[in-house]
Amino acid sequence: MEHYLGIFIRTVFIENMALTFFLGMCTFIAISKKISTAIGLGVAVIVVLGITVPVNNLIYNYLLREGALAWAGLPDVDLSFLGYLSYIGVIAAMVQILEMFLDRFVPFLYNALGVFLPLITVNCAILGASLFMVEQDQTFAESVVFGLGAGVGWALAIAVLAGVREKLKYSDVPEGLRGLGITFISVGLISLCFMSFGGIDI
Amino acid sequence: MPTPKEVLVDPIFDNNPIALQVLGVCSALAVTVNMSTTLVMCVAVIFVTTMSNVAVSIVRNQVPTNIRIIVQMTIIASLVIVVDQVLQAVAYDISKSLSVFVGLIITNCIVMGRAEAFAMQNGPYLSALDGFGNALGYSVILIGVALVREPLGNGTLLGFEILPRVTDGGWYYTNGLLLLSPSAFFIIGLFIWAIRSWKTDQVEEVEYEIAANVQYTEAM
Repeated sequence: MEHYLGIFIRTVFIENMALTFFLGMCTFIAISKKISTAIGLGVAVIVVLGITVPVNNLIYNYLLREGALAWAGLPDVDLSFLGYLSYIGVIAAMVQILEMFLDRFVPFLYNALGVFLPLITVNCAILGASLFMVEQDQTFAESVVFGLGAGVGWALAIAVLAGVREKLKYSDVPEGLRGLGITFISVGLISLCFMSFGGIDI
Repeated sequence: MPTPKEVLVDPIFDNNPIALQVLGVCSALAVTVNMSTTLVMCVAVIFVTTMSNVAVSIVRNQVPTNIRIIVQMTIIASLVIVVDQVLQAVAYDISKSLSVFVGLIITNCIVMGRAEAFAMQNGPYLSALDGFGNALGYSVILIGVALVREPLGNGTLLGFEILPRVTDGGWYYTNGLLLLSPSAFFIIGLFIWAIRSWKTDQVEEVEYEIAANVQYTEAM
């Protein structure tokens, strides 16, 4: 149990997807002008990451990795080069299914997340988390915790940035730095703050 | 109809994918610690963007609009698999140090964004130029960031020593901050500032303005 808690804390704070690995930056910067939308997007990312990372883990372990097809009588086949194509396919399909499922059964959540769901397919944080999962060779249980942790970390980061930007729009920023430039610098400062978690050893 | 030259040159400074369109920022930040990985990344992105634009542009009239995203994704992912396999075969060390970022070219918004915004409406020749130009604009920023980060952070460029470090008996105290991730944000922020001071039409509108000569009590 402690092991899993450790993974969770590490992915949320120390190895934060957005602020340490710079994943999902495009959406991170484009959709962080208001706290409410930022939180909506954050929740959508948590849900999608929590589903796709474990699913991709199963696909990698039982279909793609070297010797994984032994159960089908093909012990010498190594399909890991098909990884990228399968992961992105799973992500696109999952997002689509999730969208239809929410539309049918949980309409209030669908209305809240609606616009953001399709955007998530091309969010690098989602694919990045799956690739990290493969690189670190995680077990299924680890991948569930890792997926959720990565989502929570990303959501936390975008909520913090949105909070900063809501205040920032009242300040008098030099002309060329207005908008995008100052956002980059604020993200840099927030990321510097998150680095202080780096000293925690789990 | 844009001329080929405009299509090629515009994205470099006038309509830069990173500094103005906010596309493809993720990888721009993470791979710029040293110049050699940056160059490899740039070549990979130039290849993928150009080829995917050509491929998408060729099939654009055959693909039904509601499945176009999946088609684009498949084309891009296949190209990235090619790049990844070639890198692993030719330059294994660099492919290790790029780790997941080669794979992340798939979700690099520049590739997808240009396929969707340009290649879907234009012929293969112009699309190739557009892809090449945008990837070049991306590369300019990446190489610029790496040019600041590697020499100042580590005293080297492409692995060659250019600023002799104190630890090796030289005079330069390395600036460790530039090797850390946040520095990339500051450098890109400053780049954007520089580009916008030069091309003033890119400056964004102010959302709120403080009225002149307002007393504190009145403002409340």
